Amino acid sequence: MEYHFDLPIDEEKIKKLNIGDILYLSGDIFTARDEAHHMMLAKDKKSIPFNPSKMGLFHCGPLMRKVNKEWHVISAGPTTSSRMEIFEDKFLEKFGIKIIIGKGGMGNKTKSALKKNNAIYTAYTGGAGALAAEKIQKVISVLWLEKLGMPEAVWIFNVKEFGPLVVAMDSKGNSLYK
Amino acid sequence: MDFNNVKQGIIELIRKAETELPSDVIKSLKKAYDVEVDVAKTQIKAILDNIELAKKSKRPMCQDTGIQTFFVDIGVDFPFLGEIENLIIEAVKDATKSIPLRPNTVDPFTGKNHNDNTGDFLPYITWNFTKGNNVQITSLPKGGGSENMSKLGMLKPGVGIEGVKNFIVDEVINAAGNPCPPTVIGVGIGGGADLALKLGKKSLLRPIGIRHQDKQISLIEEELIKRINESGIGPMGLGGKTTVLDVHIEKAHRHPASLPVGLVVQCWANRRANIIINSDGKWRVK
Repeated sequence: MEYHFDLPIDEEKIKKLNIGDILYLSGDIFTARDEAHHMMLAKDKKSIPFNPSKMGLFHCGPLMRKVNKEWHVISAGPTTSSRMEIFEDKFLEKFGIKIIIGKGGMGNKTKSALKKNNAIYTAYTGGAGALAAEKIQKVISVLWLEKLGMPEAVWIFNVKEFGPLVVAMDSKGNSLYK
Repeated sequence: MDFNNVKQGIIELIRKAETELPSDVIKSLKKAYDVEVDVAKTQIKAILDNIELAKKSKRPMCQDTGIQTFFVDIGVDFPFLGEIENLIIEAVKDATKSIPLRPNTVDPFTGKNHNDNTGDFLPYITWNFTKGNNVQITSLPKGGGSENMSKLGMLKPGVGIEGVKNFIVDEVINAAGNPCPPTVIGVGIGGGADLALKLGKKSLLRPIGIRHQDKQISLIEEELIKRINESGIGPMGLGGKTTVLDVHIEKAHRHPASLPVGLVVQCWANRRANIIINSDGKWRVK
């Protein structure tokens, strides 16, 4: 089945999604790789200057360019999700993440955490960075850029019809990965 | 010689590699599109759409613009032998801003990003001296996600070529969807540890679909392609018929006690481009 959903996404919609479904998302997403996961887990939740639970979590280290003080996305495909396996169960729990966008799949710890938190993992085609950038309407903000550098910083994007995303791990414990 | 003009040529080389795939890679992806169905087909379609968009808009096809890697064949009669290394380094710095490229060079101890894609030992340049007065540079920007799946096997010679084949198939299956399949697998067999990996990486320069000249090795390449694709891992690990686009093997003689196997994994974006620089400074990117 193919779905077009707005973010934040409600619990009932998450529940009805199955592996193999195709999803297009509109709304806000934030990027987080290894360093951002590590840092956000160490911080007090109240000190995080945005609300992660309302957004999609995008495993991505984008290629950005600053023109006249404004950031533009050049290329922004997903990064390898399995690197975040060591953090993701705690991250989902702490920030109430409902939807992950990544590539390559995740392990059993995340699979259980998705089930427990009624969340899903979706796959965007790895390497399709130019295509993904086309669906990003606006760069809302960037956090910790100085400290983490361009790939590892947290970027908040507003996206429109971001996809095709394949529901690769659903909220019932099913996974497309062998 | 107008060194600034030669630097511009090297920037164009990098731009070509980052924004356009060689025709042999595109052809093999189109073939994959024809044989795949369902989810696997959606992945190949996104890849093909992405390639077209990147070329049209002259932007890097993937946000991971890689470690800047160059193979240089330099004629010993080229009049400015001593300048080429510096020109490559300066071109990389410039290209980081002008294309742009993602800053991808981080100090392993401090974690600090050098912000211009240069740093200790980077860009990574391999020199090969040849006869003549021309320079040929091949750019092979190498992404981190696929590189992370590369492996060195120091096998026991007793396992024989069957053991080598099993090592390759097992490791590619273990890598699953992580290296952005369909991948290109480069394998170096023999030499010492470093030479095996080097040969594996160098074999990625061979176009897709071109078999090793040695009949016996070419048959092993074909067998490995078949065995890996039968695993069903498929594009992005979401299931399908195409897990590898090709397997390239190169060999070196080995120490009697060693059987090194260098397995280098490359994502579907097997980016490569060439420049030829003549002794008068005229250049041509292809």
